[in-house]
Amino acid sequence: MITSFLMKSLDRSILVVVAILLGLAILVPALNLLTAPDHPLHVPTYLVSLFGKYLTYALLALALDLVWGFCGILSLGHAAFFALGGYAMGMYLMRQIGARGSYGNPLLPDFMVFLNWKELPWFWYGFDMFWFAALMVVLVPGLLAFVFGWFAFRSRVNGVYLSIITQAMTYALLLAFFRNDMGFGGNNGLTDFKDILGFNIQADGTRATLFAVSALILALCLILTSAIVRSKYGKVLVAVRDAESRTRFLGYRVEHIKLFAFTVSAMMAGIAGALYVPQVGIINPGEFEPGNSIEVVIWTAVGGRGTLIGPIVGAILVNGGKSIFTAAFPEFWLFALGGLFVLVTLFLPKGVVGTASAYFARRRAERRAQTGETPDNLAVEPIAAE
Amino acid sequence: MNQTIGQTKPTSLLYLDGVSVSFDGFKALNALSFVIEPGELRAIIGPNGAGKTTMMDIITGKTRPDEGQVFFKGGIDLTKKDEAEIASLGIGRKFQKPTVFESHTVWDNIELALNRRRGVFATLFYQLTAADKARIEEILATVRLSARRDDLAANLSHGQKQWLEIGMLLAQEPELLLVDEPVAGMTDAETAETAVLLKEIAKTRSVVVVEHDMGFIRELGVKVTCLAEGAVLAEGSIDFVSSDPKVIENYLGR
Amino acid sequence: MKSSTETPVAHATRQDPSERVMYRILQILFVALCLLISTHVVGLRAADDLGALVDQLGAAKLSEMDERISALAKTGDAKVIPVLEALGEGELYQRKSDGKVFLVKAQGADLLLVDPVTGTEAGQAPKAAMQKVKVNNAVRRAVRSALGGLTLFSDDAGARLKAAQSMLQTPNADALEAIETAIAAEKDATVRRVLDEARAVTLLLSERGDDEKRQAITLLAEGNGRNGLAVLTSALATADASLKPDIEAAIARIEQTQALWSAGQNVWYGLSLGSVLLLAAIGLAITFGVMGIINMAHGEMVMLGAYTTFMVQEVVRNSYPALFDWSLAIALPLAFLVTGAVGFAIERGVIRFLYGRPLETLLATWGLSLILQQSVRSIFGPTNREVGNPSWMSGAFDLGGLTITWNRLWIIVFALAVFAALLFLLKRTSMGLRMRAVTQNRRMASSMGIRTPWVDALTFALGSGIAGMAGVALSQIDNVSPNLGQGYIIDSFMVVVFGGVGNLWGTLVGAFSLGILNKFLEPYAGAVLGKILVLVLIILFIQKKPRGLFALKGRAVEA
Repeated sequence: MITSFLMKSLDRSILVVVAILLGLAILVPALNLLTAPDHPLHVPTYLVSLFGKYLTYALLALALDLVWGFCGILSLGHAAFFALGGYAMGMYLMRQIGARGSYGNPLLPDFMVFLNWKELPWFWYGFDMFWFAALMVVLVPGLLAFVFGWFAFRSRVNGVYLSIITQAMTYALLLAFFRNDMGFGGNNGLTDFKDILGFNIQADGTRATLFAVSALILALCLILTSAIVRSKYGKVLVAVRDAESRTRFLGYRVEHIKLFAFTVSAMMAGIAGALYVPQVGIINPGEFEPGNSIEVVIWTAVGGRGTLIGPIVGAILVNGGKSIFTAAFPEFWLFALGGLFVLVTLFLPKGVVGTASAYFARRRAERRAQTGETPDNLAVEPIAAE
Repeated sequence: MNQTIGQTKPTSLLYLDGVSVSFDGFKALNALSFVIEPGELRAIIGPNGAGKTTMMDIITGKTRPDEGQVFFKGGIDLTKKDEAEIASLGIGRKFQKPTVFESHTVWDNIELALNRRRGVFATLFYQLTAADKARIEEILATVRLSARRDDLAANLSHGQKQWLEIGMLLAQEPELLLVDEPVAGMTDAETAETAVLLKEIAKTRSVVVVEHDMGFIRELGVKVTCLAEGAVLAEGSIDFVSSDPKVIENYLGR
Repeated sequence: MKSSTETPVAHATRQDPSERVMYRILQILFVALCLLISTHVVGLRAADDLGALVDQLGAAKLSEMDERISALAKTGDAKVIPVLEALGEGELYQRKSDGKVFLVKAQGADLLLVDPVTGTEAGQAPKAAMQKVKVNNAVRRAVRSALGGLTLFSDDAGARLKAAQSMLQTPNADALEAIETAIAAEKDATVRRVLDEARAVTLLLSERGDDEKRQAITLLAEGNGRNGLAVLTSALATADASLKPDIEAAIARIEQTQALWSAGQNVWYGLSLGSVLLLAAIGLAITFGVMGIINMAHGEMVMLGAYTTFMVQEVVRNSYPALFDWSLAIALPLAFLVTGAVGFAIERGVIRFLYGRPLETLLATWGLSLILQQSVRSIFGPTNREVGNPSWMSGAFDLGGLTITWNRLWIIVFALAVFAALLFLLKRTSMGLRMRAVTQNRRMASSMGIRTPWVDALTFALGSGIAGMAGVALSQIDNVSPNLGQGYIIDSFMVVVFGGVGNLWGTLVGAFSLGILNKFLEPYAGAVLGKILVLVLIILFIQKKPRGLFALKGRAVEA
């Protein structure tokens, strides 16, 4: 059952992207580790981490696409799930520091010693074990999404109202995590990590492995989401997006349908956050900034929502652009980003991938018409967002 | 418990008694009562604002009545249930404006409507069986859409969308079908075909049709209920109802 | 900390009783003298005495200073005031050669001498030739209370009020008679009230009879108690057993009144916050509520309004400084026009292509907000800009136990005025009629000859213009920086969503109830946690009433 469920996901375009991701997972670490620094093909470690960061952003955008592209839920709080996953990983990394912190306290992280705390707060227990932290990376965002969504979808909060309260959610979390007494390092967040699973977090090998793991997990999540949206459940999801009350009158419990997608999406966002933190080396409350969540939306929109591949492309394009732009003309980055928001919504509502695939579909249809085939079966991408 | 409620209730399929609802002081339904028997095809007419759509909203759980009772199949209290529950109990609804899933193919529309388990995990791991396939093809043939099965619903004509929606209702296999203005915007030929279709459907289940088109209702040749100002004005055969002076004054005369 | 051992009570009981009686008689005499006898006649005589008394300050030990200062104060001479002030400031020096005391000002390496009696300059002296008259905290306190006593009889009512207030805040049993004399002569009601309170406070420290003290306690209990409480609490420790129940009752009563007033103050803060929220949200209520447009650039309209105020004030300051008090009145229509025009351009340029796609509008306007922010940052720089308060908006006044600042009060008035004007515009003018028609049924409205695109553009411009006016008001209480708008956008959305979309009254009620709720939670939960709680409450509230407090019902909802 599971295999046939997953097999359904593998159409050609998804296969191509998965293959590219797997190729990158091997190629980039190899070019980083096996070539000399002066070799023309050498990839410096900082670039490995930078690309790794893009991949985690791509995963976050993919997660958003599942709810926005396929179910019409515009979450303006996905960065919150990302940040929560990141904090769970950060807590593990903090506990790994052990007695090597500036204060040399074997149990308490530096900021707790600084705040004069005597005991480890209860919610920090267990985070010295990787498996526990990894579980929390998925469970905490998942649980928050489940509880939040359960309330919101049951009382049929939707459309812009839902967007606004998801924004309020991440804003409330932002304020909360800024507080020192929350026990998450307040303003400064968690940083100064030393090692992960016993490997030095700064080492080239660790960085390359983290990149490879990010690419692998992104590929896995892409297969999973593709399987979800191609199943009958995925069709129901699109049905909810296009005609919610019709779906309800067919006997589907729309709130359950939405809740599942929202929770799965939040868990994926959490995993993205957990992969992000060791590669960037810090997690702080700034990640909860409502603006961050909105930026994720624009990555997804640029790539093309409802296409799964689009958000991955969009996240990498926009963030790559950001890296180049902020280095070359830091003054103009916000103009460029703002302009991107306006232009994409006005002129490219299907995004890069959506527009391209519609274009190729038309070309194929024209060619078939010329060669005398029946034009009847207009090959429209089965899941393109119309 | 069945004994305490009116006599017709145990045998009737749908039972409305004294149902009232108001929006911001406007009484959309005013102590509306009527009964649908199993296997019955019933037409409902009435001027705009008579409460026809509100009545359907109440039966399907979209709106809660301020007072009154709504029972299905004898003992099932519909006022306590929501749309999805009521739909799975076997009440299907066709909207005034055809609503189909435009970004799905005709086939997928029927597949989604098919009366199978509708839970998250049931749909996630659903496999299209040969029996389901045959059933979908049968329905497509009934609503004359077999040739367009792979087209997006968005590309259908208005009349075809109406039929697709009726096909979806068939796939739902409801015991009671509520149909809101099925022939609005149809050509005369399409209208005649729709009448045939509905009569065929009514052989195996109860159907309630809300319609303005008197010719169409005459073609159906069934019992007619005329609503006005949220209550039943007259009930009987089309000739009986259309000769009622109150009906003429309220509805037909204008 | 150091001075805590020398409470006024301890100080009063330490003195020799006979000396104190003498002192009092003398004080009354001098006060009477200064009040009754022509200052001119006394002036000549006093000048010599004064000079001698001032010189004595130089020779005195720290422990004797108290006495010397009292002696000076007893002269009741206005010339004593600068001397005592200089003493307090450490600007009183003694010339080593002849022991004469001067007021000094530093002038290069030397000191400029001023004669304390005549007030004329008396040449310069090198620092080495002079010795500073010693002061410590006890001396400074003595100086302060002496100064208070002196100015009680000033001709200027403001000075008297200040003196009375200082007597009230730092009561000194020695000043009781002076206060009583002043009360007898006082004509100004405000000063009189403060004096009465000061007398009551002072009386409790004195050796007067229990009956008088009881009266004083009653008087204190009836007042707003801000000053009474500390005195009563310290008096409780030393008072006779017979007085204790009275004092305790009075303390309880004051605490009760204070709790009431502090609740009142919270309501006031809440109203103030509510008015700010109302101002920020009311333009949004138009664009979101009436048009269904999510304008994420709304906060930036507020910010542009604030910058318009800044520009106006710059021009006024540089060219027409006399008009400064009018700067806000000039900025208001200008801000409305500027942001209205920006809003008009945004609607025509972007939003009109996105009707019926609210989520896309949200993204596009967010992009616009980034552009607007960055533009302002490029033009005006990222730092805060100084926007001044005109005189009629500065300062505060007391209302019972409440402290009310003028700028907050005016902002409440302004918010309500804007609300009323908008309500009038929507309900009573043909423009409003058209706007409502387009909201309810766009196609019908356009078939009746209403130019719907024009109405859309004007409605959006109106919403933006109001945001600009809000910016003028908010520039008075918030930092004018490119990020000004961001701080308000989420709160404004909360207000509109909480109050219910499409209903201005909902926005009003929503703004004020959120404001007050916030301020009532703050004392218990702290500012940040209070805000989090409010957000959580709103999220829960929306579950209960997804369409807000004043929701539209029935079929209109589906449209």
